Amino acid sequence: MEGVFLSMVLMLSVFLGFELISKVPATLHTPLMSGANAISGITVVGALISAGGELGGLSTYLGAAAVMFAMINVVGGYMVTNRMLSMFKKKDKSQPGEKS
Amino acid sequence: MSLVVINFWYVAAAALFIFGLKKLGSPDSAVKGNIYSAAAMLIAVAVTLFNQNILSFDWIIIAAVAGSIIGVLAAQRVQMTSMPEMVAIFNGSGGIASLLVGWAALFNTGNTLLTDITVVISIVVGGMTFSGSILAWGKLSEIMNSAAVVFSGQRVVNSAIVLSLLTFSVLFCLDPSVSSPYLYLIIGLSILLGMMAVLPIGGADMPVVISLLNSYSGLAACAAGLAINNNILIVAGSMVGAAGIILTNIMCKAMNRSLSHVLFSGFSAAKQATKVEGEVKPITADDAFLILEAAQSVTFVPGYGMAVAQAQHVVRELGELLEKNGADVTYAIHPVAGRMPGHMNVLLAEANVSYDQLIEMEDINPRIGGVDVAVVIGANDVVNPAARNDENSPIYGMPIINVDEARTVFVLKRSMASGFSGVDNPLFFCDNTRMLFGDAKQSIASVVAEFKI
Repeated sequence: MEGVFLSMVLMLSVFLGFELISKVPATLHTPLMSGANAISGITVVGALISAGGELGGLSTYLGAAAVMFAMINVVGGYMVTNRMLSMFKKKDKSQPGEKS
Repeated sequence: MSLVVINFWYVAAAALFIFGLKKLGSPDSAVKGNIYSAAAMLIAVAVTLFNQNILSFDWIIIAAVAGSIIGVLAAQRVQMTSMPEMVAIFNGSGGIASLLVGWAALFNTGNTLLTDITVVISIVVGGMTFSGSILAWGKLSEIMNSAAVVFSGQRVVNSAIVLSLLTFSVLFCLDPSVSSPYLYLIIGLSILLGMMAVLPIGGADMPVVISLLNSYSGLAACAAGLAINNNILIVAGSMVGAAGIILTNIMCKAMNRSLSHVLFSGFSAAKQATKVEGEVKPITADDAFLILEAAQSVTFVPGYGMAVAQAQHVVRELGELLEKNGADVTYAIHPVAGRMPGHMNVLLAEANVSYDQLIEMEDINPRIGGVDVAVVIGANDVVNPAARNDENSPIYGMPIINVDEARTVFVLKRSMASGFSGVDNPLFFCDNTRMLFGDAKQSIASVVAEFKI
């Protein structure tokens, strides 16, 4: 049953993802990409369990390496996305009420 | 914290991820959206640390601190023009993390066949993402030749790799163990496959590859989630996967090519485009200034050349001067201009261009006939009218920005060399086209200087 349940979650989130992302305007595609990239660093959660697990040996080292790589992805991804997004500004002088 | 409580927190994190992505849909709320998404990540990581299976924190702390430092340094130092390379590196780093998590999951006891299959998937997708991204980074940063590499028998070699990868995966799943020799073969072959997949893809096709690798990095996280039975990995991973696929699709449409064509055939200029004959009409910066000063509406059409010349700041300066002069100034952006989706938008945003002046191709084309001057900066194929009216052209059918319909077109260009695809551009010979030869940044700077006199 576990497999069925997980595939259900998978199916629903793929559809949700399609719905959410197709609404993002072309202007924001680069930040969207690096933001999504940061989200894919969620692997860090799995990596933490391996790195701190009781199994020891190779499993711990693999987990620790995974934590490092995933953290690069997470921390770097969110910071660079924030840096980019804060550059997107609208000048005040343009006529008001012309919101897209 | 018990596993149930942790999983409830994961649900909360998933909700925040979704909400964050939703907020990313508009430039006004996007900064907040990114913060929500980061908060979701923080929650997910923090509650995981309360997992009772985690006994020792030594390695976690060392690895997390090391990774964070590298991430912070990379994010702060990267130039906006090098964003595509940065994203490629981050993709690769996510890919290798998924590979390692899958590998480490093999050490768990009581794995079912389903677990073993998902472990193999996370290793293969993770490995491909890793090596493909590294190669893409090499091409983008021009450490290596960015052109497509195509050799005879490429398909045979690739098919052989895929087939042996499948065979070894089946053999591995029949007798899964950490010491199985098949495991190393699978890891090696998936890394090889990732490189082979990116090798035949060159320069202007890079936006497709970056989007696709982005999607893979999500799918790899998703597979790792299936391997370790973790919901949050599945939800977050599959949303990233969906995002990458949508972007890939948009990029392919904007080039009028199918995904398989981009992936497998390189860019073949095999068809001989109709030779363009004619005379180009060069113009000096002084004359360009006089025309621009009289213009009522001006549209800038940037391409990768603007990024290379780092010309975005002078372009914005010229734009502001023109606005002060009473002209209506817009920036028309083709979906595949640059080396990743939205590349030009980020550069112009960096230069402080208001985002409501950034116009998409579909919105500018219907009114381009009323534009007095279209200034093409370092773009070539995306403004090539041959895509519209020369059936023999290799880029025939690709949607373009119809700058040739504007009253006057300025093309800023180093020399008469053709663009990445090697296709001649009849735009240069049009009656209403004036060529402003030289470095884009210097050319625009000299026009700006004229305005200030």
